[in-house]
Amino acid sequence: MKKKARLLLAIIFAVTFGGLQSGVAETTSLEKLDEKLAQIGIDYRGFLDLHGGRRLLKPIAEQSTSIAEGRLQLELNGDLEWLLFKIKGELFTDSVDDHSGGELREAFFLVSPLEFADLKIGRQIMTWGTGDLLFINDLFPKDWEAFFIGRDDEYLKAPADAARLSLFFPQANLDIVYMPHLNPSNYIDGRRLSYWFPGSNRIVGRNHMLSDHERQSWFSEDELALRLYRNWRGMEMALYFYDGYWKTPEGMQADGRVYYPRLQAYGASLRTSLWGGLIHLEAGHYDSKEDRRGDDPMIRNSERRLLIGYEHELGTDLNASLQYYSEYMEDYDRYRHSLHPQSEKRDKYRHLLTLRLTQLLLNQNLKLSLFTYYSPSDNDAHLRPQISYKLTDNWLLVIGANLFYGQSDATFFGQFEENSNAYAGLRYNF
Amino acid sequence: MRKLRLSIALITISLVFSLAAAASDYVPDVETIVKKANLAAYYAGQDGRATIKMTITDAQKRTREREFTILRLDQEDGERQKFYVYFRKPSDVKGMVFMVHKYLEKDDDRWLYLPALDLVKRIAASDKRTSFVGSDFFYEDVSGRALDEDTHQLIDTTETHYVIENRPKDPKSVEFKSYIVWIDKKTFLPVKAEYNDREGQLYRRVKALKIEELKGYPTVVESQVENLASGGFTISCFSRIDYDINLKESLFTERYLRRPPRAAKR
Repeated sequence: MKKKARLLLAIIFAVTFGGLQSGVAETTSLEKLDEKLAQIGIDYRGFLDLHGGRRLLKPIAEQSTSIAEGRLQLELNGDLEWLLFKIKGELFTDSVDDHSGGELREAFFLVSPLEFADLKIGRQIMTWGTGDLLFINDLFPKDWEAFFIGRDDEYLKAPADAARLSLFFPQANLDIVYMPHLNPSNYIDGRRLSYWFPGSNRIVGRNHMLSDHERQSWFSEDELALRLYRNWRGMEMALYFYDGYWKTPEGMQADGRVYYPRLQAYGASLRTSLWGGLIHLEAGHYDSKEDRRGDDPMIRNSERRLLIGYEHELGTDLNASLQYYSEYMEDYDRYRHSLHPQSEKRDKYRHLLTLRLTQLLLNQNLKLSLFTYYSPSDNDAHLRPQISYKLTDNWLLVIGANLFYGQSDATFFGQFEENSNAYAGLRYNF
Repeated sequence: MRKLRLSIALITISLVFSLAAAASDYVPDVETIVKKANLAAYYAGQDGRATIKMTITDAQKRTREREFTILRLDQEDGERQKFYVYFRKPSDVKGMVFMVHKYLEKDDDRWLYLPALDLVKRIAASDKRTSFVGSDFFYEDVSGRALDEDTHQLIDTTETHYVIENRPKDPKSVEFKSYIVWIDKKTFLPVKAEYNDREGQLYRRVKALKIEELKGYPTVVESQVENLASGGFTISCFSRIDYDINLKESLFTERYLRRPPRAAKR
């Protein structure tokens, strides 16, 4: 398998750099091709990306390499007037997973059957809500593994197979997203990142990988997400509804395997400018439908989630944003009584603060950024420093780290302490 | 009788001449000049479109390129406007959209759409004198500066230009002490602006390099900003310019951030 991965990497390199080399000589013919494609409404873009990273602490049942991969992404966009389409695919070789292959990230078409309606069908990335790296009403799939090992932010959002109908009226707009099967998030399962396993009260990794009962039945294990929204003089208001499943396996069955319990959620958000900056508010109620009494220790309780954020420019090309977020567990007493007396208990409230600082320098070619999660209730933190530099219009260099800290091994960020890593990436955009 | 006729003729001629002379000497008041210049530079037509290619050259002579298409819709002349900026180059920003709802009485509302994340990001930026897409152009050079932020004084009238000195009412809000603008007498287009820093030193120059008349509107088709302090400069070339193309207001909403219209992509 390793050999195969190396071979694929070599091919990706040869193709891309061969392309670059010949590109220099044949710029005119490439430009002609671009022009011809543009005439029929098609354009393309892509990149070749190499990422490498290592763990900073002694790993627990994991490799010391946190990331080592090459990716070739190609994207095709079409506008045929009556139909829009997008296809975005990747070839990758990942030597941590010892796996090479292809992935279709997006493949959809969009039509407007009525003047006030857009219908988008296929595999697509979807985002809504107001949080910055915090999600309440955005229950579209995420890739937390990619997020914690230092892949580009783009990979935090995982694709979903969906039909999205958007209706636009003068008073308000409505999005109706139907996903015929569950599109779960990629959660931390021990394969690449170690985690706290409550069953054995310790941190485990490859020695105890979680396996889940997948929900794969089309049209019965489906998801529905709605958003009603309006922009009133720069004040953006929205109401949300979701009917489906917890996106990470928040339930455990008798056989020790985890699964995705039913979830219904509703909420609201508001975003507007204030005092020369931006304020956003978002709230949501998570109704854990398989544990409505809150007394089943194997299924996560219902929750109320709240988010308040403010962003302001501090100086030229220097921005700061602060968020407060909380999770409130309903029926906490029943949860507490349902647990084994020796097991680690979650708090009734989980408070979280985030701070983002971004500074652009050298004609905005150099970007210094820091994103910090800090929980005063869990006493844990996650820091994401990153430096990125655009060497040219095509070449991008990134260096960054994912640092985890926690007083206890059982808290959300604390459990990942041994996964702390530093990484570097080089990307050629074309 | 003859004498009378002659004198009438003479009087008439001299009257015509003096009127003509007065006409060429006629100088509108400064507020009228800056108002007309603002309309000529930023409000031509009911709406407009242009594709802009920017070449940014830094002090070490390294260059970077940006290419984007701007759609503009005026809601009232000289007042609120909406902008839609679709990025074409470089390829890492291709498909991104920057949208502005510009007001005069309050800060603009700005959004950035990132297609890879399907994210409609609201941008908190109150400082309008920051670089636009990493170039030497400021955000304000592109969208215009509100007239009542400065006091204006006509300091010279040449054969072809009105020369106006502008001083900020709130000096702490900007990096300059004053700037001088040369406005073409015929078209009222501002053709040059020179900025003096707080020490009174000239450090920045914006210049129209080429002007053409399109659909009856005098239009800057090539312009340059020089950062005299750093030695860097940026040249913008405008192409595919059009006016009065009946852009709909609905185009400047979240719907079209997520699905850029043909008018922006072509």
